[in-house]
Amino acid sequence: MPPKSQLYLFAALLVAAVASAFSGRMDPYFLDVALGVGISLVLAASLNLINGFTGQFSLGHAGFMAVGAYTSAMVTTVLGPQLGASAAVLQWAVFPASLILGGLLAALAGLAVGAPSLRLKGDYLAIVTLGFGEIIRVILQNVEAVGGARGLVGVPNYTNLFWTFGGAAVTVYVVWGLLNSTYGRGFLAVADDEVAAEAMGLNTTRYKITAFAVGSFFAGVAGGLYAHLKGYLNPSGFDFNKSIEIVVMVILGGMGKHVGVLIAAVLLTVLTEVLRKFGDYRMILYSVLLIVLMLTRPQGLFTWPLWKRKAA
Amino acid sequence: MPLPPLLQLANVTIRFGGLTAVSEVSATVNERELVGLIGPNGAGKTTLFNMVTGVYQPTEGEIRFAGEPTAGLKPFAITQRGIARTFQNIRLFPSLTVFDNVRVAFHLHLAHDAVHSLTRGPKFQREEVELRERTRELLSIFSLERVQDEPAKSLPYGDQRRLEIIRALATRPKLLLLDEPAAGMNPAEKVELMKLIQFIQEKFQLAILLVEHDMKVVMGICQRIHVLEYGRKIAEGTPAEIRANPAVIAAYLGKEHA
Ligand SMILES: Nc1ncnc2c1ncn2[C@@H]1O[C@H](COP(=O)(O)OP(=O)(O)OP(=O)(O)O)[C@@H](O)[C@H]1O
Ligand SMILES: [Mg+2]
Repeated sequence: MPPKSQLYLFAALLVAAVASAFSGRMDPYFLDVALGVGISLVLAASLNLINGFTGQFSLGHAGFMAVGAYTSAMVTTVLGPQLGASAAVLQWAVFPASLILGGLLAALAGLAVGAPSLRLKGDYLAIVTLGFGEIIRVILQNVEAVGGARGLVGVPNYTNLFWTFGGAAVTVYVVWGLLNSTYGRGFLAVADDEVAAEAMGLNTTRYKITAFAVGSFFAGVAGGLYAHLKGYLNPSGFDFNKSIEIVVMVILGGMGKHVGVLIAAVLLTVLTEVLRKFGDYRMILYSVLLIVLMLTRPQGLFTWPLWKRKAA
Repeated sequence: MPLPPLLQLANVTIRFGGLTAVSEVSATVNERELVGLIGPNGAGKTTLFNMVTGVYQPTEGEIRFAGEPTAGLKPFAITQRGIARTFQNIRLFPSLTVFDNVRVAFHLHLAHDAVHSLTRGPKFQREEVELRERTRELLSIFSLERVQDEPAKSLPYGDQRRLEIIRALATRPKLLLLDEPAAGMNPAEKVELMKLIQFIQEKFQLAILLVEHDMKVVMGICQRIHVLEYGRKIAEGTPAEIRANPAVIAAYLGKEHA
């Protein structure tokens, strides 16, 4: 009998598969928003591992997302046709493989940024990761092979409810599973007090790098899902604002609260959609709302005892 | 030939800018010995602990643990070799439960890692059950199992100090460094705590280096005592010898008795 958490994961995958099978009958606009929500879940849950549970402050999540997005899109647009595979094989085998490859490259980028800079504390790490995100964006803007500033077009629309919510379920499972073990409590210990954690024999650098690599991996996967949802990629879609958007989800969700951060991801994604009809006023309204929320609930929106961490 | 001392400091010095916080201190702690480290405020006791545990690197001199030099080792690697500590200004994991504070300190002896946390196979589950048992056992030494699900920060001060000792024990040390574990406790609690320290020393066969300002307490339980003043070691000996040492009386007791 597998543990309960794995049964939940399996159930979630099943629901995603069933929903996906019926997606043809759904309102296309609703479907589009739902897929966007699913991608936000992956982004928020993975950043929560780094910023929430492990207490680091990464501002580079959009950069890792870009690495995954472009990698995955290059695989399906350039490599895919050369394989001469059927559409079904492309969507159900090549596409998921491209997501994983995108995740792995993003994780590698995470290691490259994280290993030297995780010794840095708080604000410094934020600046380094912010710089990394911008560097990625500028590189993408200038490499003609991936479309340069014009962007990459003609990315096939392989992203569906199954891959998106399946991906979200796996992300949540991985983050939850990592934390819910004696080993995993180390992430929380590092967030609480690094000096004490070292004194208890925890290799704090190792923990931070692990959180960074795993978090970046799923940011990369989210990027691949995003690429195959939109059908085109533009470097400016992965700018600083995108990273901030994800950081806000984690903060509003209550930093290191599993469920709270997921709810915040859903709400903020839907909110962005709703505010779209206000055109240019959207960002102002969004910002005002955020300020009000931060002032009234600095501990996060959803932090009542229901979701308090238990001893497990 | 006798065994080398478990902990050996040879001419250890550390400077912070112009300030020499610890100066040419040589000292030893043997296996299963309970040694006191005393000295007035600012004498360098905590700084000495920080050098032994790798938080600071000595500017000069050498520290050996179980015969091996510890220079250049990071704190976690020193803990891995068998030195655990508590902090003068309590450093628990405040948002973690009492239970998790202890559980996480089993880290060095885990058979599972990140991957097992995801596969969650039978071996992983068995280890987690066993760790839960061992955590409760440790908590019961100080009767803290009744508050095991509370966040550590919600404990009363004295219990936080006790929890810190338990957490250190979970790393399975050979040497335990206690930095004023009885600070802030009343005399009755102090006596109680010292009894427990002697108890765990025997039960876990530990060497203990204890910083404590209350002379009666230190004299009562320590086999040997090192005395620091202004970063220098001014005396070493049995409680009786220390009590009779004129330098110690001048430096330390003098404050109260002069
Ligand atoms: N990181 C540091 N930088 C500069 N000076 C330091 C540092 N750490 C300790 N000191 C200085 O070293 C000296 C010894 O301090 P230490 O904390 O070791 O004393 P102590 O014997 O533990 O005193 P107490 O009984 O008050 O705890 C003090 O003068 C202190 O200010
Ligand atoms: Mg001190």
